[in-house]
Order: sequence, then structure tokens, then C-alpha cells
Amino acid sequence: MAERKVAWKKRADNTLIGGDHQRIDGFEKASGHAKYAADINTAGTLFARLLTFKGGAAVVKSIDIADAEKTPGVRAVEVFNGAGKEVRWDGTIVAAVAADTPEQAEDGVRAIKVTYEAKPHWVDEEDLPGATTSKRTKPLGDNQKGDVAAALKAAKHVHKGYYGIATISHMCLETHGSHCEWDGDDKLKVHLSTQNVSGTGGQFAGPLGIDASNVSITCNYIGGGFGSKFAADEWGVKCAQLSKKAGKPVRLMLDRATELKIGGTRPSGFAEVTIAADAEGNITVWDSHHWGTSGIAGSTISLGQLPYCFDGIPNRNRKATGISTNTGPNRAWRAPPHPQLCAVTDTVIDDLAAKMGANSYDIFMKNLDKTPKPDVYAEEMKIGAKLIDWKAKWHAHGKGGGKSVKRGLGMALHRWGGRAGATTCTVKVHPDGAVETFLGSQDLGTGTRTVIAITLAETFGLGINDVKVNLGNNSYPKANPSGGSITVGGVSGPHRRAGLEALWKIYDLVAAKYKVKADSLSAKGGKILSAGKSVCTWKQACGLLGPMPLEVQGQGPKDDGLTSAGVAGVQMADVSVDIETGIVRINELVAVQDCGLIIDELTARSQVYGGLIMGIAYALSEERVMDKRTGRFINADLENYKLPRIGDIGKLMVHMYQPDSEYERGVVGLGEPPVISTGAAISNAVANATGVRVPVQPLTPQRVLEALKGGQA
Amino acid sequence: MRPFEYARPQNESEALDLLNDHDANTAVLAGGTDLIALLQEDLQAPQRVVDIKQVESMRGIAADGDGVVIGALTTLEEISESPLLADYRSLDDVVDGVRAIQIQQMGTLGGDLCHLPNCWFYRNGYGLLALEDGESLVASGDNRYHAILGNQGPAKFVSAARFAPALIAWGADVRVIGPDADSSEWLPLEHFFVTPKVEIQGVSVLKPGQLISHVRLPATAGRVSSTYEVLQMEGLDWPLATAAATIDLDGGVVREASIVMGHVAPMPWVAHEAAQSLIGQPVDEVSAGRAGEIAVAQATPLRDNAYKVQLAKTAVKRAVLSAADMLEGAL
Amino acid sequence: MRDRDDQNRSGPDFNRRDFLKGSAAAATATAMATQGSEEAVAANLKTNVFAAAAQNVTLNVNGKDHTVKVEPRVTLLHVLRNNLNLTGCKEVDERSADGADTVLIDGKTVLAGSRLAIECEDKKIHTVESLRRGEKVDAVVAGFVKHDAMQCGFCTPGFVVATRAFLDKNPKASLADIQKGLGGNICRCGTYQGITMCALEISKGGK
Repeated sequence: MAERKVAWKKRADNTLIGGDHQRIDGFEKASGHAKYAADINTAGTLFARLLTFKGGAAVVKSIDIADAEKTPGVRAVEVFNGAGKEVRWDGTIVAAVAADTPEQAEDGVRAIKVTYEAKPHWVDEEDLPGATTSKRTKPLGDNQKGDVAAALKAAKHVHKGYYGIATISHMCLETHGSHCEWDGDDKLKVHLSTQNVSGTGGQFAGPLGIDASNVSITCNYIGGGFGSKFAADEWGVKCAQLSKKAGKPVRLMLDRATELKIGGTRPSGFAEVTIAADAEGNITVWDSHHWGTSGIAGSTISLGQLPYCFDGIPNRNRKATGISTNTGPNRAWRAPPHPQLCAVTDTVIDDLAAKMGANSYDIFMKNLDKTPKPDVYAEEMKIGAKLIDWKAKWHAHGKGGGKSVKRGLGMALHRWGGRAGATTCTVKVHPDGAVETFLGSQDLGTGTRTVIAITLAETFGLGINDVKVNLGNNSYPKANPSGGSITVGGVSGPHRRAGLEALWKIYDLVAAKYKVKADSLSAKGGKILSAGKSVCTWKQACGLLGPMPLEVQGQGPKDDGLTSAGVAGVQMADVSVDIETGIVRINELVAVQDCGLIIDELTARSQVYGGLIMGIAYALSEERVMDKRTGRFINADLENYKLPRIGDIGKLMVHMYQPDSEYERGVVGLGEPPVISTGAAISNAVANATGVRVPVQPLTPQRVLEALKGGQA
Repeated sequence: MRPFEYARPQNESEALDLLNDHDANTAVLAGGTDLIALLQEDLQAPQRVVDIKQVESMRGIAADGDGVVIGALTTLEEISESPLLADYRSLDDVVDGVRAIQIQQMGTLGGDLCHLPNCWFYRNGYGLLALEDGESLVASGDNRYHAILGNQGPAKFVSAARFAPALIAWGADVRVIGPDADSSEWLPLEHFFVTPKVEIQGVSVLKPGQLISHVRLPATAGRVSSTYEVLQMEGLDWPLATAAATIDLDGGVVREASIVMGHVAPMPWVAHEAAQSLIGQPVDEVSAGRAGEIAVAQATPLRDNAYKVQLAKTAVKRAVLSAADMLEGAL
Repeated sequence: MRDRDDQNRSGPDFNRRDFLKGSAAAATATAMATQGSEEAVAANLKTNVFAAAAQNVTLNVNGKDHTVKVEPRVTLLHVLRNNLNLTGCKEVDERSADGADTVLIDGKTVLAGSRLAIECEDKKIHTVESLRRGEKVDAVVAGFVKHDAMQCGFCTPGFVVATRAFLDKNPKASLADIQKGLGGNICRCGTYQGITMCALEISKGGK
């Protein structure tokens, strides 16, 4: 018998893989039937509200919950930070109240008597001299490669500038939280808004003193995580404790202000950079010092990957300083910290091009030899340039025409890993032909359920609706947490492996029963075929299994070529800038993105559109504002924490780069890369339009006007 | 929200009666797009919320002589759809800037004129004046969105009323009723707003137990108008600066003009000199630009909001040009 | 009887603005909510005034009447989600500035988080759940699925309702119209492209 090899089908042989397929949970979501942790409402559920610290920094002097406990409707109160505890940033949870109604819980919160002793706060993440004087800084590294000083002397073009990007929050639309319900004293059922169904049970069990095997975690739908929802978190455990105290289920979700403040942030970075090139534009020098904050821990974007993607620059100094601020701690934010690294690298390269009077495209192209995948970037740049019509639209920096409205082009590039995560699944084929699978994964909205269904349907020659996907519960085989763009590879590999193993077993049964050669068999259109001729139906084939279903475990990652790692990506922006108001509008935004073998083009493109829009957010309007006087996260609401709306996106064009060479690589993760280079591309387009670099993202009207006034270049 | 009684009066005198119980520790509820948020954030704690949406006399738009009377309960959608208001273009410009069907259908004119500031110190519980031991938190804090004019006293927030500049530039009057059932008064909308020196004054002349019932616009008399709003986002957003202009253009020359800026001061800001500078001039880049310069000449920006001077200046220039249908090439 | 801060409440300096501080008035209001029976409190109230205490409120939602016992301060959003288990509309933000709580009342869009349940008696309320009844699926719902106008899905129901109402009002909506009309809804994942395609498809082809 010919060797049976685990592999994807030849590209041309796919029926489903590579097509556009509607997500299988789409109707549930669009009709409001999908249930999130925030929706769970089992009988008797109590509602929790939080008392949070509102200030810069303090020590809790006293806290008295007696009146809260007596408030009508209140069933339990939990103190998070009692007398003597430090509360080190605005939004720190002090206590939580669970009551029959949310309104009564609020009454309870108001009845808590708490006093604080204010402490000094420092919340300025950009003012390095000030932070140094206030003893809030720490060195985070300083390393050299080559000889920067000598290379600078020899360089033909030298540019020095200041670049930065503000802190933002994850801003999940469904806040962090959970619904907790006890069964007796030692069994806990949790509906958790999480990216980590398989890995959070123990985080409840430990602090609660119960067996991890007695904690059920369910997450069928999650309203955003973006890297911030991997843990039970203190408030998750406290939700369970409130529930135990009250003897009733409790739902505790962070309110919006608290979510923005403590649900997770993306560190800032502000850099002084010197870049230099030879006469032809080959970059020979990179010298940077950057600082910023990740919160009280005082880190900033990591040093190790600067200059971003252009690792091959021969002479390089880089230094980082962390600033410790009284602000909510950072969590991994979609492709950490690549958006920030790109924001302080590709902008610099663009300014170098401007200084040289060169076309930015040419300078990027020329220096691709310093990146990990020069050929892929080159191809992607060509495609992008055609889509945005770079050649026709290009003009020198600052020559954007127009009187009050200037137009310009910019580009940037990025990379990411996306190696398959470790996941196990159990694929079950029933004797009546029904197919289902079980795994403890979550579907963040990336289309995980759909990709799994397509993989099995393709393997068995069935329709997508013939496959039932059971995920989102930790009683199923464990799956990787969904972070790092590891899920699509993490789930598709095991399902292809298990699917093939099951299929081959069925082929063997068909071969014996119908006296055909097993290696002549294929599965298509609900039938088993031998050399293209129908032998029996899928149902008839499964009937040969006997009374028991066939169960096969799939595992990954493996080195069989189903998945791999490493993507590139190029983005280009065409913007208009009103120089009298500082307002920036996106005309067109192009993304050319590779991600190996694409299982569902429709949901893959959605990821890229989504990344572009999240990029527009941090490029133009989204930032955390810490008020220095009060130490408060002063714009922690959705009127002042500005996200783009439907009219803010311009014309988006997404091209999935998938020549056969990409298909052959197998599945690679996609969730994070599309958000990385958007900010730099937009900033570069603004610089091209106006002739002036607006140094810090987001490029708000204030920053644009101030830059125009200062005439910074 | 704290507990409160809910009342549903059917006419104006009943509304006033119910508003004046509890020592007038009550609140008027119309569209709810501001009040409910204020209650949620515990910025107000009335003992009774009086829902006036059933008061028929405060609904609708009607001709009044050759002017127009607009009920305070008129929604933004109704304003934009009314044929009686078709020639008051600066009003439609404001509706157009509220880019959300929900606010257009829920929000009322009266509610807009009474909208409390978006000032983030106020909304975070520090009060309208945000004073701590007599010191303004705004002055020493982040004031990027705050006032550039009229800010020499303790008040540094900007007025949130989006319709006010256009209505004032048209010379609108507002009818205030209460506290007594038979008290009613028409006053120029320009005099409706106050810049508080103490917290208790609030942002308008409304005393406890009073409310707005109607706004009256004079006849257009052939005047042209426009409101220009500097809005960062293309979706629902607060303007960074706005200006409304109403101009009597006769044979291409300005006979009379009125220019009012919004979101730059604690009250809508009437730019008298800027308007005067247009008289006898044609409307063009030069005259409109000069009006803008004059409008901000006395601006006293705070540490973080100097850029708003440029925005206000531009808003005035573009409102004037737009009123005369001469605005080109703006985003 | 709850303590009252009489000095603040009835002294010469007290007026409506004092409720900006909250505490004294709140104590009174809370007392009103809890003192005595509903009937006793109601007997002291004028016509068209409803006590602060929980009371029966009847809402017509998706064609059916539901009677819930809630205080006036309870929002329509909370009743829909917590009492009636219609969790399609979402609670995203204390200021209701995001659109995820959009429902229809008498055919007009309303942010349910900015409306009290008690305001909504004698009105026809429709939530996103009414747009899919068994096999009958509204064109907007189907269009969202077709154009993949969703990712995490949390903003999706609010968008679906807003889009449905917007297109009912503007059946031939242009791109610019759509961008203005739906600018009140926030999506964090970035699904505006699909939503735009869905709305444009429906507006060009009619419903």
C-alpha cells in the first residue's frame, strides 16, 4: 500500500480550503443569541459592583463595610485592599459588593466608608528629565554592534529625530469578568470571559482551596481579549468568593472605566534616534535611546528588536530606560510590542528618505536585504504599490499640493511568528455519519470554530454544516490559550491529523467491505470514491464502524509540515491632512499579508481589516490620558477615549499574499500581524503630505498643529 | 443610580408642579442622553425625575408670524426634516454633525441646550469648577479640551450646547417656564447661558424648578447661515471648536452679520467685533480670514490648548465662507 | 428611619444644586424607597407620580407583554438583559456612548442604557432577537453573516439593530449616509468594512 502521509491536499484539489466561508457561529452572533460571560443569568444570579480607588496613589487608611452589608439587597461584600494596603494607580479595586440587583449593589458600594492617605504619584511617561529627578527611572539595557561613531563619520546622509507612541488600553468591548456558581462546597462552575479556557481552572482552584478538577470553565463567546484575558485575575477569584459567601451565583464584570484602567495596557515608547546611510541609501547606522512606561514595574518596549525588522543594519547602538508610573499594568497587546517598535523604526527610515529627497518606497526596497524575508517583502511591496497606485501618487515630502488640504503616501512593514500552539482534540465519527470534535479552545472571533469545521469537512468530503464543533469548556481536551497568533495552526494541525487517521480507518473498512483497494479511495461530496467512481456514501461507510463511534485524538504541534511560523506584511497609506485644523483622514489603506496556507479566506481577510482599523485607532485618536495633577486616567470613558467609527476608515484594501510557495508552508497564524505597521504607515503618509513629522502617535489635531507650527522635519 | 420617584406630567403646569416638589430637588428627563449618564456617575441625585416627553405643548415646530417656534422636545431628526427650518441651514449643519442615528432620534433641542459639559474633571466628580482648596485642577491639569476664551475666572470647561451658536447667531429667543405654574418668560438665548463663578450657578440661568419649553427663531429675511464644526472623528464626537454665522448678504456685500463660537468657552461666545469686521465687505478668504483672526484675538489659551485658538479661528473663517456658499477644500 | 442630614436638606442654603453633592438627598431618596409599603407611599403621591420603590412595570417586547417589578431607576437595558434574559443588547459603557445597547422603540432607535424601563410602558419595544425568528431571518442579519461583519460579536447586535432602523429610514442610503447614520456604534475588533458592505448591498438592491 502506498505510504499514507499526513499533509494538506494539493492546492488544486481542495473543495473548501482556501475559499470564502461564512463563520458557523455568525447567525448566533448577529441575532443576539450568542451568550457571553456578561450575559449569563442563571436563576438567582447576584450582580456585583466595584468600589475603586479614584486618585493617583495612596494607602488605604480605613475601610468599613458594615453599612454596605446592611444595605437592602446586598448579599456579600469582599474587600480587595484593606487598611494598610497600598493602592498604586487610579482604578485599583478596593472592594466589591454583590446584591440582588445592580442598583442595590451600587447602593452597597456607596455605603462603604473608606479613607485614604494620599501618596505622591508620577504619571508622566514621556518626561524623561522629570522622571529622572523624581527617581522613577531605571536602565533597561544598552548594547552596541559595530562602530556607530565611525560609521556616522563616513555616512553621506544623517538624520536625527524624536518619535513616540502613547499608551493605550486593550478596550475589550466585553469587559473582564465572570459568572461564578457553586455546586456544594467544593465544585465551582465559571463562565469566564477568557482567551484561555484550558488554563484558567487552576487559577481559581488554588486560591479557593479546591481541586482544579472541580472547576469548570466555560467560554463559548468572548467579547474581545486582545491579549489581556489569560488569567482568572483577582476579581475572578473574588467573584467566586462572593458567590460562596452569598450562597448564590454572582456575575462580576468590570465597569468601563475600571476596564480601561486596569484591564490591560500597551506600553508607550518615546525615542531619540539617529539614522545614517551611504550615498545610495543603504542604512549603515542606527543609534537610539528610548523610554516609556509599562506601569509601576517601569518597563517599556523591549530593546532587543530595534531597529524593527531591519536587524541587518551593521552599526547599531540601542539603549532603553524604563519609567515607573502609577498606572495600570501592561498586558500583552496584539503583537506586543511590535506596533510600538514599528512606530519608532519605519518612521525614522521614512524621514531618512525625506532628507535624501528620495522616494520612501525605494529606500525601503533598497534596505530589504537587512530584513529576514527580503523576497517576500519585495513582492508584497510591489503588490501594495499597485493597489494604492503609489507610482502615480508619489511626490516629494511636503509637496502634497492643495491649499489647506495636503495629501501624501506612506508605507511600513512588519513581521510576526504565529507558530502553532499546543492543542489536543478528540474527533468523533458516529456510525450514522455524524462528525463532531471536542477541544478546550476558545473562538475569539477569529473564526476558530469555522476553521476547524472546514478542516474536518475537507478531510471527510463533507459540507461545513455536517461538522459539529464543541469548544469553550475545560472538560474537553486542552487547547492552547489564544494569544500570539498560535490558534489557527494550533487547531487546524491536530484536526487534519486526527481527520486523516479517522479517514484511513474508514477507508480500510470500505476497502474490506467493497473489495476495492484502500489506496484508491478518496472522500468527496459526501461519498467515498474509488479512482473517481462512487463506492458508497459517507453514511454507509461510517455504518461499517459497528455500534461504537470512532474516536481519534489529534495533537500538535508536530513537524509534519501542516503548520509553520513566520510571516511578513506590508502596509501603505494614502491620507489627507487639513493643515488648518490638523485633522487627518484616511483616503486609502492597503495591507498585503501572508500567512502560509489559508483555510478560510473570508475570515482571514476580516482579521486584516480588523487589524487595519485597530491601527487607525492608535495612529490617529486612541490614547490614555493621565492627568498629571490628579494622577487620574482622566479619559476613561468612551466619549474621550476615542476609537474610530465606521466613517473613519476610508477605503481599505486587503490582499492575502498566497502564492504556491506560501501555501506549501502550511498554516501560520494571522491574528496579530495586521495591526503592527498601520501606525507607522499612516504617520509616514502624514509626513509625506505635510513635509513635517508629527512625532508622537496618535496624530491628534493637537499634535499635528503643534508639529506644523514647529516645522519639525 | 440612586433611587428616585418618577413622574410623567401631561402638561406644562403639571410639569412645573411636579418639578417644584422636594424643594425642587428634581431633574428634567427628556431624551435621557445626558441625564441618565449624570445619574449613573452620581453627578446628580434628584429625589424625583420628571419625564416631560408627554407634554404635547412642548412638541412640534410651528410657524410664528414669519418666524418659527420649536418645542424643546423636538428631536434632532425632526429639526433636520422640518420644511419650516429648511432655510436655517446652520441648524441642519449641527444635526449633520451628530453622526449617530440614535442621538438624532433620542436627543432633543432642549436637552442639547441644557447639556452639561463633557469636561473630564466634571465628569470624574471634581465639580464644574474643579476647585481643590481654591485651586483650579483644570489650570494645573490636562486642559487640552478646555476653554480658550472666558476662562479667566474659575470656570474653564467649554459649553456643550451644540445648537446654541447657530440659534444665537439667528437671534433666537428661549422660553423659560416656572417655578410657578403661571411663570413664563421669553429671553434672548444669548442671555440664557452663564459662566459660573461658584458651583451652584450651573451653566444656565435656569433656577431650580424651571425648564425650557420653546425656542423661537425670527424670520430668515433672506439671510444665509452655516455652522462649521471642527470634529476629529467622522463618527459621534464632541467638537473641538465650532462657529456659527448668520449673514445678511445684499448684492454680494455684508449688511449685517452675527458670529458665535461654541466649545471654546464656558458659554457660547458671541464674536461681536469679528462680525462687525464683515460689514460692508464681500465674503471672501480675506474678509472671512480676518473675521477669524479678530474672533480669537483676545483668546487666553491654557497650557495645553493653544492649538484650539487655531481651530476656533478656522471655524469662524469657514462658517462665514460656508454661509456664503464659498467654502472649498476643507476636510 | 434613615438618618437625614437636616442641616443640608432644609437649611437656607439648600437648593436643587445641592444634589450635585448627592449624599443628603440620596439619604432621603433611599428612605423613600424603603419606608413603608408600596401602597402607603403611593397614597402620598400625586397623580402621574410613581414611587421610588420597586413596582410593576409592563413592557411590550418583541410583541409580548412582560410585567416586571423594578424601581424607576432601573434602565430598560437592565430589564431586557437581567429580567427578561434578552441579552442581545449589551452593556458596554456607563455613559452609553457606544451603541451596543441599541433597541427599537416604536420604530425609532433608542440606547436602552439611557432610558428607564418605566419610561417605556405603552410602547412597542423590539430587540435584536426579533430579527431572527426560526427560519425567518432579517436581511440585515443575513447580510452581516454573508459579509462577515463581525468578529468577537459583542458590538454586532447593536449594529444590526441600528443598521436595520437606519436602512428602514434610508432605503437608498449612500456610503456617506451610512457612515453618518451608523457613527454612533463602536466596534473594537474593526468590523466596519463588512458592515459597510452589508448596508450598501441592501441599500442598492432595496430590502
